[in-house]
Amino acid sequence: MLSFVARRTVAALGTLLLSSLLVFLAVQALPGDVATQVLGRDATPQAVAELRGSLGLDRPAFERYGDWMWGALHGDFGTSLVSGTAVGGDVAQYLGNSALIALITILFAVTGSLLLGILAGLYRDRWPDHLISTVSLVGMSVPEFVVATVLVLCFSVALPWFPAVVLYGPDATVGQLLPAVWLPALALAVVMAAYIVRMARTSVIDVMASEYVTTARLKGLSTWRVVTRHALPSALLPVLHVIALNVAWLLGGVAVVENVFNYPGIGKLMLSSVQNRDLPVVQAIALISAVVYVVCNLAADLGAMALNPRLRTRGRTR
Amino acid sequence: MTTVDTVRADAPAPRAARAWRTLRSSRAAVVGLAIVAVHVVIALLAPLLTSYDPIAGNASQALLGPGGAHWAGTDQYGRDVLARVLYGGRYALGVSVAATVVSVALGTVIGCATALRGGWFDDVTGRVLDAVLAIPAVLALLVVVTALGTGPAVIVLAVAVVFVPQVVRVVRGAALAVVPADYVTAARARGEGTWSILRREILPNIVDVVCVEFAMRASWVVLLISSLSFLGFGADPPTPDWGLMVAENRTAITVVPMASVAPIIALATLVIGLNLAADGLSKAWGVDRITEGF
Repeated sequence: MLSFVARRTVAALGTLLLSSLLVFLAVQALPGDVATQVLGRDATPQAVAELRGSLGLDRPAFERYGDWMWGALHGDFGTSLVSGTAVGGDVAQYLGNSALIALITILFAVTGSLLLGILAGLYRDRWPDHLISTVSLVGMSVPEFVVATVLVLCFSVALPWFPAVVLYGPDATVGQLLPAVWLPALALAVVMAAYIVRMARTSVIDVMASEYVTTARLKGLSTWRVVTRHALPSALLPVLHVIALNVAWLLGGVAVVENVFNYPGIGKLMLSSVQNRDLPVVQAIALISAVVYVVCNLAADLGAMALNPRLRTRGRTR
Repeated sequence: MTTVDTVRADAPAPRAARAWRTLRSSRAAVVGLAIVAVHVVIALLAPLLTSYDPIAGNASQALLGPGGAHWAGTDQYGRDVLARVLYGGRYALGVSVAATVVSVALGTVIGCATALRGGWFDDVTGRVLDAVLAIPAVLALLVVVTALGTGPAVIVLAVAVVFVPQVVRVVRGAALAVVPADYVTAARARGEGTWSILRREILPNIVDVVCVEFAMRASWVVLLISSLSFLGFGADPPTPDWGLMVAENRTAITVVPMASVAPIIALATLVIGLNLAADGLSKAWGVDRITEGF
């Protein structure tokens, strides 16, 4: 079992290393050298060459990749080409603001969707199921910016309960951001929940049809006990993976929603740094996103293994 | 060889007929495909359905509410909202269909090939695709679009980069179930090449998975491309596009709500249609779509 954990972790690290290489290569492929980008189009070739030298751009790509990775491992992602400050500190600040949204989104989406999904699964093909399934189908059919726009229309324009845009910069305190967090979180939660609801429903239906649930029923256990003690633990197993994937998806999802609300989070930073060709920032965000994705998947794998002994043995034969 | 060919030649007909019968029995699939068909027809017939130009504005007619001359009102440049919504389907459908076809086709070929070849080829491809998946879709799209400029061809490419790995995962899983079959072993023993086995033995058996995959991916691609347009990286401004329309008219949402709501309705119905079709197809053909994850 320990070797299984070790193997999964090593594989995750390998994936991470490979994605960092891909990110580095992709960003290198962006047209326009960083030096020309900084100095503008009218710069003399001599000035460009000088800046290239001072930025270390004249060295081979391999060496620069090594340097970048070595720095990143020590928390040093280089300096931003736009603000001139350390990328690590900037990104951490924006990431913290986004974490606030992410936390609330995950809390809402996971609890809400599990409840709805289980309800739909237990009342299969009756009205609660039809209602929940229809709503979740609509939820997964509208993009985040549409949900966000509709929410603004309802809860900022029609009913002025929440601010439609955030007026603070990245250094806002939690107290300043808190009133503005709810609408973006709700928009993300709606889209995210739709997938988890469907997964939880199917999974509950599968488990409720299984033989051991029938046995538990025939033993004369109450429905409540059958569901909570016998059905749910195994029904939630496949849902775990979908939740992990969705948490990783959040990082991309915030890009759109944060721009609707002008929320100073990682998504807004992502978009503005791509627009400004602030390559060190783009690289740092991509690397951090890859880490989140890989960690979420690893956590889901290991969590599933902890809950399901069969997976452990299957892992050994593979 | 000829006998095998004749048997194969008449085999697809009953298969297709059966697939069509089960498809018709699923209400969700029929409704979904009908919605998509309506969207396609509207996009094709847009010039006949409205006499307004979707691009040319009339400043004296700006920001009108719904009325007799402009059924859905006008936007800030005085362009007819209904005309822009009707024409908007052209960009959304055209680019999305192209992007989905490229992603699913490439993904299917790579997925089948990895399942068939196995060994180091499978391992290496799997690793590389995992690494691509670890980068958020929106960021990958933005980087590709920034690198190569906006244009339909670039967006098709960018979407393919994002979705091919996911299609490969699903198709590889389906193909792995077929590879151990006796007729594949027989084809190998006959000395057929990888490509020929792939096309004649494996593909016909996973065609249902690929179809469901296509409908499912299409809905995601439409969402992703509209998001990209909304962020200003997709369709270029005068083009009528739903995502772009929402972005343009969002600031005037209190004045002319219809200018934002109309494209939202168009977008949502198209994706609901695609999702219904995917759900219905997977149920009718017994493709266990949802447990495959995504």
